[in-house]
Amino acid sequence: MKLLSVRSISKRFGGLKAVDNVSFDVPQGAIKALIGPNGAGKTTLFNLLSGFLRPDRGSVVFDGAEVLGLMPHQIAARGMARTFQQIRLFPKMTVLDNILVGRHLRSRGGFVSCMLHLPFLRKEESGARETCREILEFLGLSGQAEEEADRLPYGQQRIVELGRALACDPRILLLDEPAAGLNIRETVEVGKLISRIRERNVTVLLVEHDMSLVMDISDEIVVLSYGQKIAEDKPASIQKDPEVIQIYLGEGDA
Amino acid sequence: MMNLDLFLQYMVAGVTYGTIYGIVAVGFNIIYNATGIINFAQGEFVMLGGMTAVTLGRFLPLPAAILGAVLVTMVVGALLEILFIRWLHRPSVLRMIVITIGLSILIREAALHIWGEGVRALPYFTGTSVTSIRLGGVYVSPQVLWVVGISAVVVAILGGFFRYTLLGMQMRACSANRDAARLCGISAKNMVTFSFMLSAGIGALGGCIVSPITYVQYDSGVPLAIKGFTVAILGGLGNSLASAAAGMLLGILESLSISVLPAAYKDVISVAILLVILFVRPSGLFGSAEAARLKEF
Amino acid sequence: MKKQGLQIAGFAAVVVAIQMTASLTGNVYHLTQLTMSAYYSLVVLGLCILTGYAGQISIGHAGFFAIGGYLSALLTTHNLSAHGGPIVSGLAAMGILTRRPDLYGGELLTVHPWPACIFAVLTAVAIAFAIGGPVLRLKGHYLAMATLGFGIIVYRIVLGTELVGAADGIYDVPAFPLLPGIAVSGKSSLRVTNYYVAWGFVILGMVLLLNLVRSRVGRALASIHGAEDAAEAMGIPTARYKLKIFVVSAAFAAVAGVLLTHYNGGIGPSESSVMKSVRYLAIVAIGGMANLWGTLLMSLLLNYLSLRGYFGTFDDAVFGGILILIMLFAPDGLLRRQLFEELKGAVFPSGGEKET
Repeated sequence: MKLLSVRSISKRFGGLKAVDNVSFDVPQGAIKALIGPNGAGKTTLFNLLSGFLRPDRGSVVFDGAEVLGLMPHQIAARGMARTFQQIRLFPKMTVLDNILVGRHLRSRGGFVSCMLHLPFLRKEESGARETCREILEFLGLSGQAEEEADRLPYGQQRIVELGRALACDPRILLLDEPAAGLNIRETVEVGKLISRIRERNVTVLLVEHDMSLVMDISDEIVVLSYGQKIAEDKPASIQKDPEVIQIYLGEGDA
Repeated sequence: MMNLDLFLQYMVAGVTYGTIYGIVAVGFNIIYNATGIINFAQGEFVMLGGMTAVTLGRFLPLPAAILGAVLVTMVVGALLEILFIRWLHRPSVLRMIVITIGLSILIREAALHIWGEGVRALPYFTGTSVTSIRLGGVYVSPQVLWVVGISAVVVAILGGFFRYTLLGMQMRACSANRDAARLCGISAKNMVTFSFMLSAGIGALGGCIVSPITYVQYDSGVPLAIKGFTVAILGGLGNSLASAAAGMLLGILESLSISVLPAAYKDVISVAILLVILFVRPSGLFGSAEAARLKEF
Repeated sequence: MKKQGLQIAGFAAVVVAIQMTASLTGNVYHLTQLTMSAYYSLVVLGLCILTGYAGQISIGHAGFFAIGGYLSALLTTHNLSAHGGPIVSGLAAMGILTRRPDLYGGELLTVHPWPACIFAVLTAVAIAFAIGGPVLRLKGHYLAMATLGFGIIVYRIVLGTELVGAADGIYDVPAFPLLPGIAVSGKSSLRVTNYYVAWGFVILGMVLLLNLVRSRVGRALASIHGAEDAAEAMGIPTARYKLKIFVVSAAFAAVAGVLLTHYNGGIGPSESSVMKSVRYLAIVAIGGMANLWGTLLMSLLLNYLSLRGYFGTFDDAVFGGILILIMLFAPDGLLRRQLFEELKGAVFPSGGEKET
């Protein structure tokens, strides 16, 4: 079943066509990767899918419903969570608190209820904390729960951001360069983590530069260049595609 | 209803005040261009210029008093920058606004303690308060001609300064690309100080030339800052020529508003315009939407 | 929650202790300044949540204080006797209007303080809703300018309108009968009562705000401040939340305005001036930006000193100076949580449980 259907999406900034008529599907339960040289439009595409940018044209059908034109928080409420290319953890909050923010969607309690500290809130809060501790364990970060999030080493910060997105209970997770800035060992760990996330029934769409990671875990790869889709296929075929090889010529192995 | 003569009188008043708003806006722009800071103390430079000139005018001839006031205010501007701004490391624009608001309060308090609450004015440069020249259908005080004339000259000289002198070009280089300018040997820090001095001097001159008509007192600075800022935004932050035009526009609008609104609400006009611009088109009338980015300090 | 209860109890004890000290030493008149200080603190607390916690700077909060105070003052002092007609008589019959003798033995027909106050606060809230939307879309310094502009507009309007007394303001504002036997008024016989009423409001406000801060909404607000895009991506409706917290803080200011006006028996244009807004901001800044208790303590202290005249003619300069110093050296505030944690860590190396 196609969880996410992107049809003819285009976005232009002034004279520049950042995303040009891109279409692809993400089947439920898949791990799909978006690759392409710098400036190919990958992050722009993410911003279009998650509601941070409005496309000029096209449609985005998520879980059977059109999400084009919705605000990012509405799209998140429908089950699409994302991470950011440059880590956007909440600076003065602990790791646990950062992940707790991800539970916002799965709890109730507005301004008035919270000010009056109505009884149902206590249960919700402890339930949320329980879930987040589980997530921290899944990520292997239980010991860091009370650390200030932006004091953690870079690799762990990336994992925390991932955990925060997981806390939203998403159906699909959009990961923007999850391995950026990580060394080889950390990258392998991230790859394993993503596979385990898939086992929790979360579909994954990721943007990545690290070819080893991409080839390793993806079911399918979409290749973008100058905003256009060049290829969409299984990893083995992509590796042999002459056009893909050409646009990466000189880039070397990531 | 308004007849032509009355309308023209309003226009003259509008142009007079508008010129000052434009001068304040030019001062804003100089500092903004050099640093990305919106200097809330800009209005105080105008006030200081006027007040200092009046004090100096007691024992110096008028031109010397004005020159002295301008120099003193330039020193104050430089001191402000050196003491409070120079050593900050990449402060946010917001932090800078709050700091300059605080500075304007301190300057105002100092002025209150030095000069008291009374209003001051320089003598009319030519003639007296009742002299008037007939221009077309209107009676215009010669001071108005001084105001407009001197302001035009200042704007022209500024334009020439930035375009043709080495220092001016260095300042433009700094505002366009700070790091590249430093690589060329331009001291960015000094450029910033100089921009404050220049802004202060221009503001002070404005305060001097307009004081015979509008009077100055210790708290004249704040409304000027607001209006000057409105004008600067209206013309597009950083664009001095547009500021001059926008200044005229605001001055005239304010002036004409007296015929429809009670005079007490005159000052609401400029703030209301400011809010409308901020909500609708923060890049101003002449600025481009993309150019309305925050500058790096 | 227990810790919060202890803090509140401790603070209440301090409030009582101050009152007893003042009464026993015969310095009861100090209570007046402390009462006024309490009402100003309400404004500051609301601003603390908005600016310090949610990160939306406002240099115009005195405007909301003034809207609340002026509307209530106007309604409770404007004589409707001259206006006959069914509406007026109808309202009078309902008890919304009330009669009392004026200074010259004539009769004053005005709105009763209760409906007047409710109307005043609701109006302020409505205005906050109306302008909050567009204003909060602005970022950083544009937001600051817009709130500054709002405050100035309110100031100019009250200063220039005859109906609300122009430069003189409104006086002879009647007492506000809060409960049977407890009225908010400046009568010296009610001084101690009013002191406790005022600080009671503050404690109530603190409880509400502390609850908010330590809840999921509080966390969401902090996350909006920390990284608005990320908060939005986590499903937090950032625009709506920013608006709501803006309205809450405006409500605090308006309630404070209403109560202080009835306590003082009047209000003047200076209550909506830019300097007042700057003061509130300076106190939030020195109190630690996101630190409710720190802000409250600083507000108590600084407002009291200012009202007693300790700063003399340099009153404005003091707050301007504070603002500058904090912004220069400690933009996150002097009493920020981190400072406490660092000190705690130095004294108790084992570290303790962190309260959110």
